[in-house]
Amino acid sequence: MTDILDILISANFWAAALRIATPLIFGVIGALVCERAGVLNLGIEGIFTAGAMAGWMAVWLGAGLWGGVLVAAMAGAFFGLIHAILTVPLGLSQHVSGIGVTLFATSLSYFIYRTALPDVSSPPRIEAFKPLDIPGLSDLPFLGPALFQQTPLTFLALLLVAVTAYVLYRTPLGLAIQAVGDNPAAVESQGLSVYAIRIGTVVAGSAIMALGGAFLTMSAFDAFFFGMVNGRGWICIALTVFASWRPGKALIGALLFGAFDAFQVRLQTEVGSFIPGQVFLMMPYLLSIAALIVVARRADYPRALLVPYFRGQR
Amino acid sequence: MIRFEPRGPSSVSRMLGVSIAAAVAALLLAAIPMAFAGLSVFEGYSLMVKGAFGSLFAFTEMLTRATPLILTGLAVAVAFRAKLWNIGAEGQLYAGALAAVAVGTGVISAPPYVLIPIVIVAGALAGGLVMLGPTLLKTRLGVDEVVTTLLLNFIILLFVQMMLEGPMKDPMGMGWPQSEPILDAAALPKLMDRMRIHWGLVIALVASLGVYFLLKRTVWGFEIRAVGENAAAARHAGIPVTATFIRVGLLSGALAGLAGVGEVAGLKGYLTADLSPGFGYSGIVVAMLAGLSPAGVVLAALFIASIFVGADSMSRATGVSNYLADLIVAMALLCVLVSGLFLRFKIRFVGSQTNQEAAE
Repeated sequence: MTDILDILISANFWAAALRIATPLIFGVIGALVCERAGVLNLGIEGIFTAGAMAGWMAVWLGAGLWGGVLVAAMAGAFFGLIHAILTVPLGLSQHVSGIGVTLFATSLSYFIYRTALPDVSSPPRIEAFKPLDIPGLSDLPFLGPALFQQTPLTFLALLLVAVTAYVLYRTPLGLAIQAVGDNPAAVESQGLSVYAIRIGTVVAGSAIMALGGAFLTMSAFDAFFFGMVNGRGWICIALTVFASWRPGKALIGALLFGAFDAFQVRLQTEVGSFIPGQVFLMMPYLLSIAALIVVARRADYPRALLVPYFRGQR
Repeated sequence: MIRFEPRGPSSVSRMLGVSIAAAVAALLLAAIPMAFAGLSVFEGYSLMVKGAFGSLFAFTEMLTRATPLILTGLAVAVAFRAKLWNIGAEGQLYAGALAAVAVGTGVISAPPYVLIPIVIVAGALAGGLVMLGPTLLKTRLGVDEVVTTLLLNFIILLFVQMMLEGPMKDPMGMGWPQSEPILDAAALPKLMDRMRIHWGLVIALVASLGVYFLLKRTVWGFEIRAVGENAAAARHAGIPVTATFIRVGLLSGALAGLAGVGEVAGLKGYLTADLSPGFGYSGIVVAMLAGLSPAGVVLAALFIASIFVGADSMSRATGVSNYLADLIVAMALLCVLVSGLFLRFKIRFVGSQTNQEAAE
């Protein structure tokens, strides 16, 4: 019992939790933005992969770290645009289009990676983002190491939560996004274009998702691997429901998730000899399903989620 | 501007035309990545055609690859017909394979005509039970089945790895995480000497016939289609919607489980954690390309299988990555989604809205 307490009050533990949470924060924010506009984006898993690959490759080719971040976001925006065109003006199944975008983005990323690097045995590493050491703040007890020794992408993720919350709740654009996800006909009658708002939101949300992938190659692993996204995108879709489509709750959900994951990794070193490693690896997925079950009864889906809107009807 | 006008039910020939158009469009689009990899389109496709159809061996390899794709395609088609979004065929396939290995490697010894049916039933049952969970969560609690089935894919694969490194590990496997070999009496017989093609193909074809009759000729099939058209209206009309979802979930999972049985008891002979190169996900493409029709699933599976087998052979000859196959398959899904618009709508190019209103 004291062991568990020791883990929970150690700064390293919370630093790890925030690190694990970072890609999920990008993913959940991206997914909830899309869904707030009424579009489920199951392209997320592939967009993560595309962001990871594109960001890594840009840095590897010499674009610089922030150049890589920009390229990753543009890759995400590109696949988001495909999903948006298929689902918004064409009104096609959001489920199938999303899966299609995931398959497309994943296979395209793998193909480009393999074509650029036909026979490498170990994936080339890049000089990734370094933890940002903020003099003064980093030396604070507890909070310092946990919060102020993260890479710049983690700060970008936290900033995005605040920006997203501000835009959604405090700006006319945000109100319009919420309205196209709840009652598109009312938006159209205000003289705004439902199509333009939905397409723009899905493109922006997808660019944000791609940053979650970019974090994996540019902050966490320093290289690109096949299968490295490993279901993180799907976990984000589950966390979006858990977070009731609210940016603040999304941050809390992702942090809880990161904390749980960091905790089980530490637990693994304690009891790993009795329990097979796969049990621990299953935890994130089981936890996501559990999170869905917990909120299922009171999940307050955006009312027009999955419902295509056709101009001039209804 | 473009206007979509709804169309009535589609003829078989139009459905076929739309699917073929989508397949051709995907093949044409693939010219771009091929050129990027420095391969001429003509050379690429002639190598792929040769790789899938160039010899009896190539052709049987293609049919062998199509076998699991027919079954996962059927699994997805049945589920999507009822708008039960089962994206978990990959996991259900592994569950079926695991069950086949559990009963087929020596726990039960019996002659083939007893043991083979046991292996088949065990695999189907395991796949069905895996899909039962997400289905019940959907009908009882309203949990979205897309995410639960997707997440289960990862959970089941980890479970399989756990079993293969633990209780089900082959002690004679030189330390590799693989199961004990399937008994000869439990293995699906080969269809031809010196070829890998096996009775799984017959099972797959019989399954597609079965699904065809189920959907076309039975009350349950009618109920499945009615629920898929409009679940609320179906409930209103007295159709047992929840029971239909559960039946569809069990059937869909069972079909995917059979794909796992075929791969492990017909092809590989033992289970490893890399049994399926994504047959469950490709099954979604197969089903969509088939317009969710069981007969179409067989044709679409043959097409997708020839892409995979052809691209493998092309890759060996030229060094161009065989991820090209996955890319073509993914583009085929997006293309068939778009071309499906031509089935549901007449697409009219009309003048500006004001002209349109003036005309009316």
